[in-house]
Amino acid sequence: MNAVEASNITKRFGQTVALNDVRITVADGETHALVGRNGAGKSTLVSMLTGLNRPDSGQITFRGEPAPSLSDRQAWRTKVACVYQKSTIIPTLTVAENLFINRQSLDGGPVISWSRLRRTAGDLLSEYGVDVDPNADAAALTVEQRQLVEIARALSFGAKFIILDEPTAQLDGPAIERLFERMRSLRAAGVTFLFISHHLQEIFEICQTVTVFRDARHILTSPVADLSKDQLVESMTGEAVGLGAGPSRPTPAPESILDIQGLSLDKHFSGIDLSVRKGEVVGIAGSGSSGKVELGEVIVGLRKADTGTVAVSGKALKPGSVPAALAGGVGFVPEDRHKEGFVPGMSIAENATFPITRRLGRFGAVSGRRRAEVAEQMIGDLAIKTSGPEQDVADLSGGNQQKVVMARALSGDPALLVLMDPTAGVDVKSKENLLDAVDRAAAAGAAVLVISDELDDLRPCDRVLVMFHGSVAGEFPAGWTDNELVSVIEGIGESSGE
Amino acid sequence: MSDVSAPVVAARPRLQVAKLRDLALLPAIVVLLVVGFIASPIFLTGGNLLNVVQQQSELGLVVLGEALVLIVGKMDLSLESTLGFAPALAMVLVLPTSEHGLGLGLPQWTALPVCLLAGVLIGAINAFLVLRLQLSGFIITLGMLITIRGVQQGLTVGQSLASPNMPSLYYLGSAVWFGVNASIWIFLLLFVIAIVFMGYFRHGRSLYAIGGNEAAAKAAGIRSTRVTAIVLILASVLAALAGAMMVGHYGSVTASQGSGWIFNAFAAAVLGGVSLNGGKGTLFGAMCGVLMLGLVQNILTLAHVNVYWIGAINGAIIIGALVLARLTSGKAQD
Ligand SMILES: Nc1ncnc2c1ncn2[C@@H]1O[C@H](COP(=O)(O)OP(=O)(O)OP(=O)(O)O)[C@@H](O)[C@H]1O
Ligand SMILES: [Mg+2]
Repeated sequence: MNAVEASNITKRFGQTVALNDVRITVADGETHALVGRNGAGKSTLVSMLTGLNRPDSGQITFRGEPAPSLSDRQAWRTKVACVYQKSTIIPTLTVAENLFINRQSLDGGPVISWSRLRRTAGDLLSEYGVDVDPNADAAALTVEQRQLVEIARALSFGAKFIILDEPTAQLDGPAIERLFERMRSLRAAGVTFLFISHHLQEIFEICQTVTVFRDARHILTSPVADLSKDQLVESMTGEAVGLGAGPSRPTPAPESILDIQGLSLDKHFSGIDLSVRKGEVVGIAGSGSSGKVELGEVIVGLRKADTGTVAVSGKALKPGSVPAALAGGVGFVPEDRHKEGFVPGMSIAENATFPITRRLGRFGAVSGRRRAEVAEQMIGDLAIKTSGPEQDVADLSGGNQQKVVMARALSGDPALLVLMDPTAGVDVKSKENLLDAVDRAAAAGAAVLVISDELDDLRPCDRVLVMFHGSVAGEFPAGWTDNELVSVIEGIGESSGE
Repeated sequence: MSDVSAPVVAARPRLQVAKLRDLALLPAIVVLLVVGFIASPIFLTGGNLLNVVQQQSELGLVVLGEALVLIVGKMDLSLESTLGFAPALAMVLVLPTSEHGLGLGLPQWTALPVCLLAGVLIGAINAFLVLRLQLSGFIITLGMLITIRGVQQGLTVGQSLASPNMPSLYYLGSAVWFGVNASIWIFLLLFVIAIVFMGYFRHGRSLYAIGGNEAAAKAAGIRSTRVTAIVLILASVLAALAGAMMVGHYGSVTASQGSGWIFNAFAAAVLGGVSLNGGKGTLFGAMCGVLMLGLVQNILTLAHVNVYWIGAINGAIIIGALVLARLTSGKAQD
């Protein structure tokens, strides 16, 4: 029996063909991977399989029965649970209520018992290692906590078929491990998964079968064991894998661009000193609770430090002010792309050129032609898959939205680039383009801070600092091995360098 | 031993922030009670306070409807003209031409049902325009406000309507149950039911979910369009019911019944912590907002404030109260 079978699915958005006669069959009890480059149509298929969207043509069946009608939300809920790529947390409700949204009365009766709801939510959260008060507003969650709440919710339904659309893009190593453990035990209990990720090693770790989409088409379905990683990448990209050696950068200049002294932020980090030189790329690694993201947010003005100073090119930045940071020559990619990354409803061209609107025309007027030219250039450089620079960013696939945020950061030729998880949700091939663009910016003299726990992001760095529980626990010059870095990230090893 | 098995992580039961936010208006109400006591010896008598509640009962129902609409993330400005139109339509259909009616000869008992049906109809039109045709709720319901008032003017030729022989429409606003005006009972009862429904029932909670993030609510299996439509209709029916209560209370429907009420309705809801962006606020807060506005009015009247200045003072006090509520609750109003 197949948990789900979709055949001849076609879906268009305007002139964009998001899915072109694709099929997928997920057998009962397997963990099935769906991979493909950004914009290949994965999330579009997920929206069809969960009844949020209707295919233009094609059939979907669950265990042989035709899919419920679109308006019967309750029936869809009994067929499939899902973690969507885009957050479905309701910020105005508490964490506990979000976990049990639309099924708040746990005993099946009509009346909600809030104390019981909170207690059950607390148990569920601790099972997933999420350290938050179930009573807190969901608006206060970090990106990672939000993702964990989504996962805990989807897995706790008791659904027999669960779809996870890039659940690991925002998680640190231990959280991913915990997720996989849960998935394995659920699979042992007969649960079927459709799993989407751009981290290919994860596919090999927990999936049995893989389906590849490319350019809205079905390319192959095969047991994972029959494929090598290179073969997988090849079928995703349609080209033979060429290991880009990465351009070598000139050695950093002696003058320092970023100077941080004695920076502390309550509960997140304390006493951070750091300087980054012109043309230098410095990585900051650490787990979700290390304080690395908060450090980045302080540098770019999204948060205000309790003590300490941040100076760029010798000038102190006004604390807690993003405009001051931008004026001081900072470009950045925020952790939460939906909140601080882009303005939905505006075009790629507008979003990507915000920092340089002044340069695009005189007297406050913006030349549309100049802007489109600049945007075209970025779309090419960063391999953004789109129908053109005027497309609404909200209609792009998740990974392509991330690239627009990157384009925005790079557009002002910043003196300092602060990149927080810059490649989250970006496919293997596009990741190279993004990292190459960072390299070019550094070669042109930018100081770069890469805040991430993706080893691929950190590898091109001149040195990597590892943060643990709010302070720097180790520093590694280029050439570190994965194991030594990871052990310090997880707080079980000694720093070797320094 | 049994202690050991208790869940360790469960949050300790303590004062909930949400609950505190609800009570934000209570200090202000206490202050008003003191001010009123100083202003007039009559103020703190049972009769006067009940009078305040009765005065506010009609606005209260409109606020109840508006608060539900705001929580679900929409807006309905047309409630203020529904308040006059619904009872006026009922009367026009029942009354003979000699009393400014249309002379259709409908039996008098139909007046209340017709009044409420008018509410259903207006709510359904709003829902169709806003949800099905996806038009902007603000401008559409503003248009409805003007249109409905215009229809009322047209039907009644700008006249006030009154008829002593229409108990069906007059009953609710004039009856006394257990020694207290029926409108007070209705006001309190509806609020209590709605507070419990919104606090303890899945369907009530779904309004918050839709207002907080509609896409997420849909993904969670909530039929957001249907729920929102029901809320829009319910709000209009509440306004029509309030209109019927006003007829009994004041004895007639004037051509301007409800005119200017929408500001008070929004003010009461926002004072009580309901967000104009949807998904936030409680009906208990909104009820406190209604009572607070009533106390302000009452004190101004008892203090013999110059009638020509009452509008300005009333507006200024509401603005001041909004500032105060912002400061005491510490939460941005949005
Ligand atoms: N609402 C929409 N309007 C217009 N185009 C859309 C819309 N939704 C998706 N698309 C387009 O459909 C294509 C497929 O998008 P989809 O989100 O399915 O990609 P994906 O495979 O999930 O990519 P990613 O790995 O980046 O998440 C993209 O080109 C995208 O721009
Ligand atoms: Mg996607």
